[in-house]
Amino acid sequence: MDESSIDAQELIAELEEVYETEYEIGQDNIERLGLDMHNPVFFVSAGLIVLFVVASLLFPDAAKSGLEATKAWIQVTFDWVLLSAGNVFVLFCLALIVLPVGRIRIGGDDATPDFSLMSWFAMLFAAGIGIGLMFWGVAEPAAYYTDWHGTPLETAAYSDQARPAALGATMYHWGLHPWAIYAVVALALAFFAYNKGLPLTIRSTFYPLLGDRIWGPAGNVVDVLAVLATIFGLATSLGFGAQQAAAGLGFLFAFTDGLTTQLIIIACVTGLALISVLRGIDGGVKLLSNINMLLALVLLLFVIIAGSFSSFLTNYIETLKGYTQYILPLSNPIGRSDDIFYHDWTIFYWAWWISWSPFVGMFIARVSRGRTVRQFLTAVLVVPTLVTTIWMAAFGGGGLDQIDEGIGKLADGIGDEALVLFQMLENLPLSAITSMLGICLVLVFFVTSSDSGSLVIDSITSGGKTDAPVTQRVFWATMQGVIAAVLLSLGGSAALDALQAGAVSTGLPFTFVLLAMCVSLAMGLRHEHQLNQALQA
Amino acid sequence: MFKRIMVPVVLEHTERMQRTLQVAADLARQYEASIIFVAVTGKVPSAIASTPEEFAAELDLFAREQGDRAGVPTDALAVLSNDPGAELEKQLLEAVRSTEADLVVMGSHPPGVADALHLIGSHSAWLVRHTEVSVFAVR
Repeated sequence: MDESSIDAQELIAELEEVYETEYEIGQDNIERLGLDMHNPVFFVSAGLIVLFVVASLLFPDAAKSGLEATKAWIQVTFDWVLLSAGNVFVLFCLALIVLPVGRIRIGGDDATPDFSLMSWFAMLFAAGIGIGLMFWGVAEPAAYYTDWHGTPLETAAYSDQARPAALGATMYHWGLHPWAIYAVVALALAFFAYNKGLPLTIRSTFYPLLGDRIWGPAGNVVDVLAVLATIFGLATSLGFGAQQAAAGLGFLFAFTDGLTTQLIIIACVTGLALISVLRGIDGGVKLLSNINMLLALVLLLFVIIAGSFSSFLTNYIETLKGYTQYILPLSNPIGRSDDIFYHDWTIFYWAWWISWSPFVGMFIARVSRGRTVRQFLTAVLVVPTLVTTIWMAAFGGGGLDQIDEGIGKLADGIGDEALVLFQMLENLPLSAITSMLGICLVLVFFVTSSDSGSLVIDSITSGGKTDAPVTQRVFWATMQGVIAAVLLSLGGSAALDALQAGAVSTGLPFTFVLLAMCVSLAMGLRHEHQLNQALQA
Repeated sequence: MFKRIMVPVVLEHTERMQRTLQVAADLARQYEASIIFVAVTGKVPSAIASTPEEFAAELDLFAREQGDRAGVPTDALAVLSNDPGAELEKQLLEAVRSTEADLVVMGSHPPGVADALHLIGSHSAWLVRHTEVSVFAVR
């Protein structure tokens, strides 16, 4: 063996040593009654969940005003931090696509993807963003166009500029930025688990920065925070979603929806989620995601064709133009005077996306083994953004056309934002069928969110294991339903508002967590790149 | 009577499997059968291995050790699953078919509080209900 190859061997050994940890996955776990739970993450999370729910029921008004004040304070004081962080995540992802580290394959050079491209894309939408697109696809552009609650950059409502501004601003909120936030978390989790052999929990992404300290209190805090943000985010969304779906059903079948309808909806969603959980990823969430993608495609094509294809093309060009024209001014935190739009829409969304990033990111990580960093980021950033432009042009653009032409209820402005989608569909043919399709889509998206959320929480609370008894996932899915139902029946909207504000408020600490994650991920990828080069030499 | 005995293993907990391994070895010797050790694994790192390839190698090693100790021919099958927590039983059933085993020897916990509360199910009980081959539940 000559000297250079000895040097190379030494370099490889030295590099490999960096990620050698004494920690054994599952060593902190407690196995009782056949269950397998991380101590203290499982117990602290469960305890805090009960505490927060009880507190928000006992003192709904104090909890609401306290947590909403926190949220508002974050939105106003840290507006520039959140907005700038969002830009950093997009630029970071774009840089990784073009840099040589983009060649690194998640799971090692020989890994092959576990899911087909189609199922994979379907699952990207299933976890977090699908429901939002259903509800806000029509309502958000309409809101900006009519100045329902602020307009982007103070564009005058109903003006010529208001249309591209409305579509562009909505795309800004649902395009590259949210997906970049999810992509950072997903890539970091996938990389450190599949390439570096660390457990699939949030704390593992900080190994390059903190070393073995991640197994201690710092790691516990990050993991517990992720669990709380996920479960309260999901439970409150389910609660509000049940209200919206009940309102939609009431609108369609002309009955007054009440608490009973809402509770039935929660029970149905939770029941379906339990079946889906028990069937596993392939028989559950993958299957439902594929069904949902198909249904969404049918609805999308219907709206494009029934609404007139030529106006869709015009709207599509307007959406793209609006997005490219407004993405930079809207990303700029300096000298903003459009306070309502900036704080109540953009910064709210950013805090929301960031607080959901542990959940959505971890689910994406779970299903993304076998793809290269470049493929992964291109697919997670670009493809969903393009799909969303089509969706926005069809639904948002269609809604704006109805407003301009004075057709239907939308022309009178937005009343209940939950009904906007149905009011738009009402003016197209076959509205009874398409509205039912819309409600089904929303409900199935809730089922897939609940299922994937339980999967993620279970993985975090069992120390990164994926073979813990499925009962634990049943527990977390049930908890979401129970929390939503209890909050709705005993505390009403005030209690839901309170906990949702709490969940969104975790967006601030997570912003810093995510920024640190970018640094950590860059270090990890650089290390992997050096190792690959040393191995090839 | 039996030609091929399938023994599902959890590599993390082989120390709890001594009685099961003993029964399987005795039966294999008596009927001149071979043993195939089957383990279901996910793709994320575990205490045993950080990649599926490493996991398969560990299982092979385990099977060889057991074969040497018992003096019977052994084999190993590592089943990869996207969701081992939910798919374990189905994957084991599939493994019975694919390995053409005619007897399954597996460890089983005595029914207790957790079963009464339906917190966990018994994998061996499930397999008995779903497979046509013989199942020997060792306690």
